[in-house]
Amino acid sequence: MAAPFLRFVGVHKSFDGKEVLRGVDLDVREGETCVVLGGSGSGKSVLIRHAVGLHRPDAGEVWVDGTEISGLDEEELLDTRKKVGMLFQAGALFDSMTVRDNVGFALEEHTTWDDDKVLARVLEVLKLVELDGVLELMPADLSGGMRKRVALARAIALAPRAILYDEPTTGLDPITANTINHLIRSLQAKLGVTSIVVTHDILSAFTVGDRIAFLQDGKILFHGTVDEAKSAPVPLLRNFLQGGGYA
Amino acid sequence: MNGLLRSWLTELGGMAVLAGGTLRQALRPPFERRLWLDQLFQLGVQSLTITNVTLLFTGMVLAVQTAYSLSSYGGTSFVGNLLSLAIVRELGPVLTALMVAGRVGAGITAEIGSMTVTEQVDALRVLAASPTKKLVVPRVGALVIALPLLTVLADVVGLFGGMVMAVSEIGQSRAYFVSHVLLAITVHDVTSGVGKTFFFAFFIGIIACYNGLAATGGADGVGRATTNTVVVASIAVIVSDFFLTKIFLFF
Repeated sequence: MAAPFLRFVGVHKSFDGKEVLRGVDLDVREGETCVVLGGSGSGKSVLIRHAVGLHRPDAGEVWVDGTEISGLDEEELLDTRKKVGMLFQAGALFDSMTVRDNVGFALEEHTTWDDDKVLARVLEVLKLVELDGVLELMPADLSGGMRKRVALARAIALAPRAILYDEPTTGLDPITANTINHLIRSLQAKLGVTSIVVTHDILSAFTVGDRIAFLQDGKILFHGTVDEAKSAPVPLLRNFLQGGGYA
Repeated sequence: MNGLLRSWLTELGGMAVLAGGTLRQALRPPFERRLWLDQLFQLGVQSLTITNVTLLFTGMVLAVQTAYSLSSYGGTSFVGNLLSLAIVRELGPVLTALMVAGRVGAGITAEIGSMTVTEQVDALRVLAASPTKKLVVPRVGALVIALPLLTVLADVVGLFGGMVMAVSEIGQSRAYFVSHVLLAITVHDVTSGVGKTFFFAFFIGIIACYNGLAATGGADGVGRATTNTVVVASIAVIVSDFFLTKIFLFF
């Protein structure tokens, strides 16, 4: 069995006295796609933001590739952040930059490559997300689905070892959402990266996931394969799947 | 009351930490020349109209008012002396800083605040870039360079406005007005007036960037942060002006 690339150990997090995570334990193995499934406000996004140091746990540990990151300062987090890419829910593209500058941002920051080499890599990752002819467009000129793809291209430009997807299909029409699901699957096959997908979209979870973790009320109530999830004797998970017509 | 005090102290502490981080990052290569030049244009060059118009009319109204007041004592010949000291030592630096706090401070907070609430600042951090280096340093740096230059220019425009009124309202010759201005102003007046603006610029920049980075919620949160910047930065300019003036008087 592959070693965990990412580990959450007893993670607690509160905001303004409201407890969002109440002792989350979760291992994500190297190379697998783990889907964190849960309802709105269950703390899914808060959980994955801990994996890149955007939130610090009030208690517990967060391990990324063998390093405990919860006590690291912003400088010390840089190495971890270069290993982990993140796709934000709304893309979070830099709206003052073109697609080319957005996707090439991390390359300009962290490599000494010349312009031609950066451009070649930008075109390569745009091809991986199946986009063409958008180099000089601004984020405002793109549709929701295109924006997510550009954001995904930006996240993988530095060839990270893990990718975090925060609600990758939210706000998209079913066809575009399906395209994004297959893109996540194909990227995992081509790049062999570890992926964590946070979603409340059950179809998306079953399409992209190797394993599913069900988060409810700040705790992981179930963690297992997709097939195990479908027959798991966890009432809240069964309700959730029934709500989506999957159990 | 305790809650309010705690919130003020938290804000003040946050600004102090940001100021320290900004100074540290400003001295650390690479120096983002393109970002600095962009900001110098946006914050400096594009503020020329508002600062110069403000000082032009302030100089004009000040000349009219002083001429009116001094005429009862037969002292209208001193209009140039009074005007130059008032503008170079106080009104030029403070009014320019207040205009910049309104125009530039609000703009910085709105821009960075929008980036914060749309997770663009988080995206910067996840891409292993420092928001302080990328967003704060170029803006604060450009302000520290631009505000003194804007002030010098605004001083000259303010004195020109005064001269126009002195010539047209009380019949002084241009040469007479200029000679009185030059007689009244010392190098110390200029250095103390312009010297204060480096501090004003730093305060405005840090307050504006801090409020932008601390914005929460959506458009409403950005709106509140922007208003907060204009209020706090304006008060910071006025209050610090008193203390800086006292300090500069020692030298």
